[in-house]
Amino acid sequence: MNLTKTLMASTALTVAAGMAHSDAHMANEMTIVSWGGAYSASQQNAYHTPYSEMTGVKIINDESSAEAVSKLRAMNEAGNVTWDVVDVVAADALRLCDEGLAMEIDPDTMLADAPDGTKASEDFGDLLVGDCFIPQIVYSTTVGYRTDLVGDTPPTSICALFDTDAYPGKRSLEKRPIGNMEWALICDGVAKEDVYNVLETTEGQQKALDKLDTIKGDVIWWSAGADTPQLLADGEIIMGSTYNGRLFSLIEEQKQPVGMLWDAQVFDLDGWIIPTGLSDERKARALDYIMFATDTQRLADQAKYISYGPARKSSAPLVSKHAELGIDMAQHMPTDPENAKNTFLYNYEFWADYRDDIDAKFQAWLVK
Amino acid sequence: MSDAPTSQTASSSAAEARIADAAHTGPMLAADGTLLKKSLNRALRLQKIRALALIAPLLIFVLVTFIAPIADMLFRSVENEIVSETLPKTTAMLTEWDAKGTDIPEEAVFEALYDDLFFAKEAKLHTRLGSRLNYELTGVSSLFRKSGRKVDDMGEVYQDQFEDLDGFWKTAENWNSFMASDAWVTSMDGWKKANGAQPAFVMRDGVAEALPETAKAYSRFAAFTQNVDEKNLYTTDPWAIIYSSLHKDLTGENGLANYTGPAAEQLTAAATAAVSFEVLNYSEAFEKIDKDWHTIDVWQTIKVYSPKFTDGYFLNAIDMQKSVDGAEMRPENQQIYGILFWRTMVMSVAITLSCIMLGYPVAWILANLPARQANLLLILVLLPFWTSLLVRTSAWKVMLQQQGVINDTLVWLGIVATDDRLALINNQTGTIIAMTHILLPFMILPLYSVMQTIQPTYLRAAKSLGATNWTAFWRVYFPQSIPGIGAGSILVFILAIGYYITPEIVGGTSGTFISNRIAYHISSSLNWGLGAALGAILLAAVLLLYYAYDKIVGIDNVKLG
Repeated sequence: MNLTKTLMASTALTVAAGMAHSDAHMANEMTIVSWGGAYSASQQNAYHTPYSEMTGVKIINDESSAEAVSKLRAMNEAGNVTWDVVDVVAADALRLCDEGLAMEIDPDTMLADAPDGTKASEDFGDLLVGDCFIPQIVYSTTVGYRTDLVGDTPPTSICALFDTDAYPGKRSLEKRPIGNMEWALICDGVAKEDVYNVLETTEGQQKALDKLDTIKGDVIWWSAGADTPQLLADGEIIMGSTYNGRLFSLIEEQKQPVGMLWDAQVFDLDGWIIPTGLSDERKARALDYIMFATDTQRLADQAKYISYGPARKSSAPLVSKHAELGIDMAQHMPTDPENAKNTFLYNYEFWADYRDDIDAKFQAWLVK
Repeated sequence: MSDAPTSQTASSSAAEARIADAAHTGPMLAADGTLLKKSLNRALRLQKIRALALIAPLLIFVLVTFIAPIADMLFRSVENEIVSETLPKTTAMLTEWDAKGTDIPEEAVFEALYDDLFFAKEAKLHTRLGSRLNYELTGVSSLFRKSGRKVDDMGEVYQDQFEDLDGFWKTAENWNSFMASDAWVTSMDGWKKANGAQPAFVMRDGVAEALPETAKAYSRFAAFTQNVDEKNLYTTDPWAIIYSSLHKDLTGENGLANYTGPAAEQLTAAATAAVSFEVLNYSEAFEKIDKDWHTIDVWQTIKVYSPKFTDGYFLNAIDMQKSVDGAEMRPENQQIYGILFWRTMVMSVAITLSCIMLGYPVAWILANLPARQANLLLILVLLPFWTSLLVRTSAWKVMLQQQGVINDTLVWLGIVATDDRLALINNQTGTIIAMTHILLPFMILPLYSVMQTIQPTYLRAAKSLGATNWTAFWRVYFPQSIPGIGAGSILVFILAIGYYITPEIVGGTSGTFISNRIAYHISSSLNWGLGAALGAILLAAVLLLYYAYDKIVGIDNVKLG
C-alpha cells in the first residue's frame, strides 16, 4: 500500500506542478522559436534580454525554426500551440499564412512607427511580403571562395561557379532549386529581369538544369547552413554558396583564407510570425513583444552581433560597430549600397507557385 | 508473469472441487452453493480482467501514442476532403461538366465558384485549398490567393446598384430590421462584448420563403460574424454576396407576393428596379481576375480531385499522375520515386551484408572470450549508442572527405596520388560506410547472444570425429548461429530502410534514400498526403519482405537470445 500511496502522491504533485507551470506561462512566460547558434544569440542580446528586463517576462528559446512549418501545422491540428513567436524565412511565412497557421498583421497598428513618425508600412516598404510576415533582417545567399586556391585572379562574378576551366575544383551549392536555377540562367546569358519569365516555362527550367548539368560532377550539395563554411575551412571545396553572415564569421571571426562575392547574391528575408490559435493573453503578449523587437533601434542593435541587415530603412543609419570585434558593421551588411549594387531579388510569389513542380524536376535531375 | 495466475487458478479450482466433492449433491457446487462451473468461470474472468488491467496502461499508451498517429498519418494518403468541403457548390456543379471536352464550364459553375470562394475567403480557407491543388497543377496557389483578394470586389456591382437605388440598403441596422426577428433585435439592444456571449441570430418568420437565396447567405454571414469574427452582428454591414443573392431572388423565383413584414415597400421597389440592373457575368469577371480561370487544366484538376478520397497521392508516389483520362506515367524528367525505392532496398541489403561480414567475427570473439573480457569489449560495442547520432555522422565526414583523415593517411603512405584522392563521401560509399558503423551493434548483439548458447562441445565433437576446422565451423557452428544472423539482419535492414539523417549528411545525391523525400514532404513542402503515401508503400514493402523471410527462413528461426 505504501508504494501505491507514494505513487499517487507523486502523481498528484506532478499534476499540480504542471498546472502551476501552465499558470505561470499565462502570466509571464513566452516561447520564442528561432534558428539557434549565433543568430539566436544575436536576438537574445538585441531583443530578449532588454525585453525581459523591461517587462519581467521570461523568454524560453526553442531552436526549431528549421521545422517550424510542419511543427506548427501539427500543433495546430492537435489544438495545442505552445509557441508564441516564431522566426521563419519569408517563403515559409507565406506558406504558413496560406495555410491559416499564422495570424495576419496590420503593420501600421501592430508595429512601431519610425522615430521620425514614418509609418511602419512605409519604413519596411517592399519587404512586407505576405499578410502575416514581420520582416526582421535581410540576408543574402552568396558565394565564398578560398583565396589561396583560386590563383591570381580571384572570381568577381557569380558565373565563376560554372567556370570549371578557370576555377577547377569542387564547389558547394544548396540542395534545392531556389537560387541555383536563377544563377544558372543568369550565367547562361539570361538578363536578370527576365529570369522568372524564363523559369516559368518548361524549356526555361530545362535550360537551367542543363546549365547546372555542366558542373554536376563538381558539386557537393549542402542542406545545412554550416556545411559550406566547414567545407571551405577544410579546403574540401574551392568555392560554395552560403549565407553572408556565415561567411562573415568565417572571414572576420575565424580568420580563414576565404573571400566573398557580392554579385547576384540572392536577397532574402527572415522575420517573425505569430501563430494562430493563441489565447488572448498570449496573443497580446506576442504582439507587445513584436512591437518592441521590431522597432528601429532594436533592429539596428541586432547588427552589432551578426552581419545581417536590418529590415527597416530607418535602422540603417543606426548600425554601429560589432560588439566584440569592433569592426564597423555597415560595410558587411547585404543592404550596404556598395554590396547591393548587383543583387538578385528573390521572387516569393513565383516560388510559392513553382516550388513543388520545379523541386520535383530538380530532385529527379539530381538522382539521375 | 503468465505462469503465476494459471497455477493459482489451478490450485484454487482444485480446492473448490474438493469442497464440492465433499458435498455429494447432484451437480458440483462451490462452497457458497453456486454452480462450480459458474464460480470457476467467474474466478477465471476475474483473473483475466486483472491481467488485462495490469497491461492496460501499456496497451493504451501504445494505442494512443503509436498506433493511432500512424493510422491517422497513413489515412492522409487517401483523404482529400478539402476540395469538396471548400468548394461544395462548384464541385457538385462540375459533376455535370464534360472534363474531356474542350470547353470550360458554363456560367452557372462560375456563379457557384463565386459563392464558394466568397465564403472560403472569409474563413481564410481558399489559400489552403490553393496549396493543396498546387501539388497537382503549378500556379493554382497564386490563382486562389489572387482570386480571394479580388472576389470581394466582384459582388460590389450589385451592392452599389442597390445602395444607389435606396440609401436604405446601406446599413446593417436596416437589413436587420427585416431579416432578424423582433425578439433578437430587442435582445441586441445595448449589447456589448463585455456583457458576455452575443445572442444567437434568429431569422424573421417568412423571410426564408420570401427571399430564399438571401436568407441562406445572410444566415451564413450571421453565423460567421457572431462566432468566428466575434463582431456585433447588429452593426456589421452585410457582405457583398448578400446583395448578389438579393438580386438573384428579386429577379428570379421569390415569395415576395405573400410577404407583409417590414421593408416590404423597399423590397417591392427594389424588385421593380432590379430587373433593369446591370448584370454581372461571373465567367468574365473571373477571367478578368486571372485568365487561368479560362484554361481547361484548372477545371480538370478541380474535377479530378473533387472526390472525398483519392488515389492521386499513391499514383504520385509511384511516378504516375491522375488525369481526366485516368492514371498515366509522369514525364521522364519528373520520375524519381521508383529509382529511390529501388536504391533504398539495394543499399539497405548492402548495409545489412556488410554488417554481417563485420559483425560475425566480432560476435564470435565476444562469445568465446572469458566473461570479464567479453563484458569489457561489449561496452566498446555499445559505446557508440552513448554518442549522438549527429556527432558520429559528422565525425565520418571528417574521416572520409577528400582532405580528410583517411585520404591524408593514404597520400602520406603513397598509396594514392595527392591530386587523385578517393571519393569516399557524398556518394553511396559514404552512406554504406557510415550506416554500417551506426547499425553494427544491432547485428553484433543478437549474434553474440545466440553464439553464447552454442555449446563448444559440439565443435570439439565434430573435430574429434575428423572434421577440419572449416568443416566444423561451416557444418556445425554456422548453422546454429543462423537464428542470430536472421534476427540481426531483420533489425538492421528495417532500421536502414527508414534512415534519413545519415544519408542526408554523407550521401550526396547518389546515396540518399526514399526517407529523405518523405522527410522533405513532411517538413518542407507540407505535402503530407504524398509523404504518407510514400510511407505506406515503404511499410508495405517491409511487411512483404518480412512475410517472404518468414516463408523462406521461418520466423521461428529468429532468436534474440
